[in-house]
Amino acid sequence: MKKLALILVLLCWGFLAFAAADFPRLGDPNSPASTHLSPYFIEKAYEDTATPNIVTAVLADYRSYDTMFETTVVFAAGVACFLLLRFYHFSEPPSHLYRHKPSGTVIQVPRGYRLKGEHTELEPIDRDWAPKDPIVEVASRILIPFIQIFALYVVVHGHHSPGGGFQGGVILGASLVLLAISRDLRTAQATLGESKNSILSALGVLIYVGVGAVTLALGSNFLDYAALAGLMGVDQVIARNLGILFVEVGVAVAVMATMFLIYRNVASAGALDEGL
Amino acid sequence: MDDLLSKIAGGYNYIAYITIMMIGLYAVIAKRNLVKKIIGMSIFQTAIILFYISIGAKKGATIPILMHDHGPEAAEHAIKAADYINPLPHVLMLTAIVVAVATLGVALSLAVKVYQRYGTLEEPEIQDQINKS
Repeated sequence: MKKLALILVLLCWGFLAFAAADFPRLGDPNSPASTHLSPYFIEKAYEDTATPNIVTAVLADYRSYDTMFETTVVFAAGVACFLLLRFYHFSEPPSHLYRHKPSGTVIQVPRGYRLKGEHTELEPIDRDWAPKDPIVEVASRILIPFIQIFALYVVVHGHHSPGGGFQGGVILGASLVLLAISRDLRTAQATLGESKNSILSALGVLIYVGVGAVTLALGSNFLDYAALAGLMGVDQVIARNLGILFVEVGVAVAVMATMFLIYRNVASAGALDEGL
Repeated sequence: MDDLLSKIAGGYNYIAYITIMMIGLYAVIAKRNLVKKIIGMSIFQTAIILFYISIGAKKGATIPILMHDHGPEAAEHAIKAADYINPLPHVLMLTAIVVAVATLGVALSLAVKVYQRYGTLEEPEIQDQINKS
């Protein structure tokens, strides 16, 4: 079986290498990919959208349909993870563990018993593995706000520098995942609850589609941001520029929430009680 | 024959991507563990992303972000397509990377589901259990 697979793969390699002999050389400015559509994008993007970053202009304006459905795919993947893994029938574990914060002692409480009243010095911890590492905790507590500010910068500065909704959204999602890894899933759950997370995930797609619906209502084509000019009192080029920003924010919200939705479901196998 | 070989060697970047892609394909076909198959799928996707990005490259060109877009010099600098690399592959791969992560999440949750049902991620063992029942 393995030998057969190896022969098959080597055969494929041979065919593809043979086909690649006719491909344009690396860095060839006259390759077919660089001659038909891309010169138009490069020369006209700034004129049309006032956006120096051509990648952003193409992503959110010329190819906005594509990007809208990519966002929908990301959202659908988040929903699929949720539907596959999440379950609600709660089975109580054999015992609960609590850590006494000042001394670090771990207390085991058998099933059926619960700690009653106020126990501010006791915190619930995971059954399998819950070390308390002050270095990791403090370092990530300092890092996370800066990561999130950087993510916002990447989102709103996507017009002028490498960046945009997808990248900024992933960085924001990563900061939440870092919180969940460095503390535990409970802390992250308290920061961004499950229902809020799911609503944000759908809200991002809604912002994107909503911008399209507004342009449609103003009598223009779907996602033709020039129609927003009258509504905002700017000329058409600046309207396209702002339209790009709106959909980028929508993409960032959707990607951020979906990344965290996927993480929390996969890491806890759908129970959302204990993380990795 | 000699001509063909030199042509293939001239596209050395494509050879590299094809090799990476075939490593991924081999993992998907030959490995028995589901997580290793998923890793193979990710390697395959990486090869495609590298391939697209290399198509966009142009010799002597810079990243597709316009220079001199404002200020007094703006009018003097006409935008020439040869000065900037092709933005289109970048746009396509930008979205593809995020979608790849999202689909990886779906693949992993399917693997978690299989593990919950059968208690293993090895394909032959899963097959045994299906045959018995």
